[in-house]
Amino acid sequence: MADRKATPLWDRKIVREAFAASLTKFDPRVQVKNPVMFVVEVTALAVTLILARDLYQGHMKLAGFEFQIALWLWFTVGFANFAEAMAEGRGKAQAENLRRTRTETQATLLKDGREITVPAPSLRRDDIVIVRAGQIIPGDGEVIEGVAAVNESAITGESAPVIRESGGDRSAVTGGTAVISDWIKVRITANPGETFLDRMIALVEGAQRQKTPNEIALSILLAGLTIIFMLVCVSLYPFALYGGTSLSLPVLVALLVCLIPTTIGGLLSAIGIAGMDRLVQHNVLAMSGRAVEAAGDVDTLLLDKTGTITLGDRMASEFIPVGDVTREELADAAQLASLADETPEGRSIVVLAKKEFNLRGRELADKDAEFIPFSATTRMSGVNLDGREIRKGAGEQIVNFVRERGGVIPLELTPVVERIAKAGGTPLVVAEGARVMGVIYLKDIIKEGIRERFERLRAMGMRTVMITGDNPLTAAAIASEAGVDDFRAEATPETKLRLIREEQAQGKMVAMIGDGTNDAPALAQADVGIAMNAGTQAAREAGNMIDLDSNPTKIMEVVEIGKQLLITRGALTTFSIANDVAKYFAIIPAMFVLGYPMLQRLNIMHLATPQSAILSAVIFNALIIIALIPLALRGVQYRPVGAAAILTRNLLIYGVGGVIVPFIGIKAIDLVVAALHLA
Amino acid sequence: MLNAIIQVGLFTLIVTVVSVPLGLYMARVFRREPTFLDVVLRPLERLVYRVCGVHENTEQDWIEYTIAMLLFSAVGMLLLYVLERLQFYLPLNPQGFGAVAPDLAFNTAASFTTNTNWQAYAGESTMSYFTQMAGLAFHNFVSAAAGIAVAIAVIRGFVRRSAKTIGNFWVDLTRATLWVLLPISIVLTLVLVWQGVPDNFNTYTHVKTLEGAEQVIAQGPVASQESIKELGTNGGGFFNANSAHPYENPTPLSNLIEMVAIFAIGAALTHTFGAMAGDRRQGWALFAAMALLFLMGAAIAIRAEQRGNPQFTRLGIDQHASATQSGGNMEGKEVRFGIVNSALWATVTTDTSCGAVNAMHDSFTPLGGLVPLVNMQIGEIIFGGVGSGLYGMLVMAVLSVFIAGLMVGRTPEYLGKKIEGREMKLAMLFILIFPAVILVPAGIAMVTKAGLAGISNPGPHGFSQVLYAYTEASANNGSAFAGLNANTPFYNVTLAFVMLFGRFLMKVPVLALAGSLVAKKSIPPSAGTFPTNGLIFVLLLVGVIIIVAALTFFPADALGPIVEHLALATGRLY
Repeated sequence: MADRKATPLWDRKIVREAFAASLTKFDPRVQVKNPVMFVVEVTALAVTLILARDLYQGHMKLAGFEFQIALWLWFTVGFANFAEAMAEGRGKAQAENLRRTRTETQATLLKDGREITVPAPSLRRDDIVIVRAGQIIPGDGEVIEGVAAVNESAITGESAPVIRESGGDRSAVTGGTAVISDWIKVRITANPGETFLDRMIALVEGAQRQKTPNEIALSILLAGLTIIFMLVCVSLYPFALYGGTSLSLPVLVALLVCLIPTTIGGLLSAIGIAGMDRLVQHNVLAMSGRAVEAAGDVDTLLLDKTGTITLGDRMASEFIPVGDVTREELADAAQLASLADETPEGRSIVVLAKKEFNLRGRELADKDAEFIPFSATTRMSGVNLDGREIRKGAGEQIVNFVRERGGVIPLELTPVVERIAKAGGTPLVVAEGARVMGVIYLKDIIKEGIRERFERLRAMGMRTVMITGDNPLTAAAIASEAGVDDFRAEATPETKLRLIREEQAQGKMVAMIGDGTNDAPALAQADVGIAMNAGTQAAREAGNMIDLDSNPTKIMEVVEIGKQLLITRGALTTFSIANDVAKYFAIIPAMFVLGYPMLQRLNIMHLATPQSAILSAVIFNALIIIALIPLALRGVQYRPVGAAAILTRNLLIYGVGGVIVPFIGIKAIDLVVAALHLA
Repeated sequence: MLNAIIQVGLFTLIVTVVSVPLGLYMARVFRREPTFLDVVLRPLERLVYRVCGVHENTEQDWIEYTIAMLLFSAVGMLLLYVLERLQFYLPLNPQGFGAVAPDLAFNTAASFTTNTNWQAYAGESTMSYFTQMAGLAFHNFVSAAAGIAVAIAVIRGFVRRSAKTIGNFWVDLTRATLWVLLPISIVLTLVLVWQGVPDNFNTYTHVKTLEGAEQVIAQGPVASQESIKELGTNGGGFFNANSAHPYENPTPLSNLIEMVAIFAIGAALTHTFGAMAGDRRQGWALFAAMALLFLMGAAIAIRAEQRGNPQFTRLGIDQHASATQSGGNMEGKEVRFGIVNSALWATVTTDTSCGAVNAMHDSFTPLGGLVPLVNMQIGEIIFGGVGSGLYGMLVMAVLSVFIAGLMVGRTPEYLGKKIEGREMKLAMLFILIFPAVILVPAGIAMVTKAGLAGISNPGPHGFSQVLYAYTEASANNGSAFAGLNANTPFYNVTLAFVMLFGRFLMKVPVLALAGSLVAKKSIPPSAGTFPTNGLIFVLLLVGVIIIVAALTFFPADALGPIVEHLALATGRLY
């Protein structure tokens, strides 16, 4: 897998650009989208106006305090802007990488039978272009004629070329990749600016970012809390008046800003952008933020057996002779029959014979050898050599072959064949003329480490379902070896769609991966549909994510990124609310020092002066945003250990920690403020 | 100390034991499954439906359900108002009480319709027997039944899948009254009569005391009203002294029984919830959270009252409990109940929206008085008002799940229902209205002449009185801090509106929430699901409840009871 390297957190260029961008975000038209920070900006403005009035009237002592409060309120807004700008900046850096793949390409447009050279950005949907060896494919499209080797390393980082051809499941090409042999005709499938890549770039840059459903719900919570705290602060004025204290606006504003959830309010959009960014680092493009969120909620995972759970091809794993044949004789015959067989199965037989009996691939060219290739009608293949007729193939066919030559079928053959089938393997019977030699055990090879991955998924609360065209016996054997929770055997393309609907009817969220055109309906139906970049255009359009590496196990990373995104949001919300406890203990005694001096007993942090207490709380409130930017951008660590364990851990860190940290932080800031005689 | 633990422990144990069968029974009642009372009640129920034209098998969506509930309450309130105004012309008025003043009548009508039962009047010198029975006691039943109905509708919202309707208000109301409130009240009345509570239509008794003074002893149908007053967490006393009056609450045993009655239905509804949700542990989790909050409050209140007044300690006065005295702060308490049962009652009555008192909360120590205040500020969800406690708690559960649920890496869900934008909007509306209708009018009272005029004590205690009054009105509690002279047009009218807003403005969003949830699919739980039936959830829920209440009310409380407490310690008087 070729992960894009994450940009260093405090990359100089990004920080510099973010700093500039955060200044433009002070625009109230931008701020109004975020109610929490909008309130901070409005109050900052109000305090600034009061400061101006007091300066004008010459209340210098008051003005000094008000100046600092106003300054830190503006900083609070600025820090939140900076967090968002940082996330966008990192997204932009990723986008640059993606964009580099599509610079200044020329395209050969086929129009009315003539070839015209045009710049790539001028191509429109349904234009037909021809791309020859050495040229760059000018846009996303579908091969309609020809076959070519394509280097997709610009997108996937994988340098081995892949074959792209018209028809079938390997017909989609991506703009920016290079044809290295032959030629293809490509029908362009996206207008400039509408390609998958373009959409992804817009998402990571934050330009077209729309709030995801969970973000909207969270914003409502934060807005609700903000209104409650406004009520608290407004009503405190008459309450205090009765007790003989007339609260000034800057002090009330300080309390308000400390109470409203500025920490999460300021970091919310940064968290979302950073989540998309992490996805890109894993070479996955998402159509929307909603898809990433949904990934965290996935209950059921549909996995194709081939390519996801098993290596694509079956491998010979054992020679089982029958009758008086020795294993070496069988291996020798099997190897001879497979020498010309270029399929992976055939090659694996040659390799196994070599490994077990040191049988070398003999040079057959000079001998009088006739190769019998596999055909769908005979369902066997083999070789005629020096009068020997060696065949390998499905049991029934070989039995017929032997009987035709007057041979006898050994009794032990059937049990061996059945045993292999039951264990999930494919029995390949080998015969020489009228004599049955034995059976080759072709085995599905489970990918290394896949069992552990499924265990991880189970711990996350996800159910894995394997889809295979195999018969139920074979499927069951592989399912149990790989450790999936369930399987569907003898599946047709419609099986997937039906299964997804069944699961969704139970309220479950389903994720699946697919590449073929017949996967498209299922990909569209799934809550998270990841299309392989190597797949067909239909599949890529149906899914809501594309894996550029075409790696079917990538789905697990996607799920983890989704979960991490949600956890980070929850953790910072919890932290933000828990913080308020300490702020009360700082500000309330300070507010009423004159009217109710006994409230000093609540000044458990022993903050130096009332002004310094209020100022320290405001400063802490602003600085904590900066301090948490790395967490917001990197995300809270996710471990697949089950919901209860994660919850306990995160509640302790962000809930209990959120109560304790500000007590320490405010006290520390107060010491500095007092030492510098700021208040 | 040991005495307190035994008494509180015994009480908690009884509540727990009583709540389980009662809760399961209610689940049967509202699922319209057969119960042992059907023989008697089914014919009665059918008769009610026939007379009222209710189709018992037709269910309502949330809007229809809400409209039915609001209409029913509005008509009931109007009738009570008319009754109060016309009581002079109506029967069963042996003392010949005149019409109740318009503002007081409005206040009282609002108060009993909202299950608040705040009493700005003294029952024995204002209300005729007929008003008490046909007006007040009627509302004692139906306001409680309406609360239970809404809670059941909200439960249905959580447990039904992809449905449209949340039940039929008229059926729920009728069944809550006939199957739950009525039978238990009858039994309870008899028990109270056995304990010495009168139940008659006599004119007041005139006696000559030992000192030769004339005394008038009020009489009336007390026991029958007393039982529903506690059971329906109404709290409106027959007498002005409420459950401190020996005719309402004569013995320590009657005191214990009445306290159990206050908690019974609220506690049982958690099990109804668990049973209807098909996971009893979900119910136990809510029960545990409520019990934990209750015990914390009781411990603080009892300790504060038992420690007494630090000023007295300084003067060398012995305030320790001993064989000859209960010790502690006995100001405003009945000797037959003592410290523990007074402080415990104060906690119980404010955990729920009952508001009946057996001691004067105004005379509690500042910390002891803070506990009832905070209990109400939490929103009456510690077992809570019948019905309103459960749905209030469910909204808090939704909030907790939303805040912390994200931390398991899934978008939040409760009982398999996704909590999304719409649910959050309604939950926040519910949570927001409550402090709004407390803090805003209290703020107005503190800066207006009419508001300040009602305050009877100077200094922070005066503010506590006002804060307490609006808190109990919004929370539909109805207990009085006493002290505040609230029978004035200003307080009668503002408090009446606060009671109405606190009840109905909150019921609408909660029913809308039920309507929104009921339409959703239910996601089966997995290892990745936030577990809402375990200890972590209970602690989280308790934590969120305390933090939300503390963040909202800490500044106000700091200027009232907390300042008082600190001032008392330093000997500062106002």
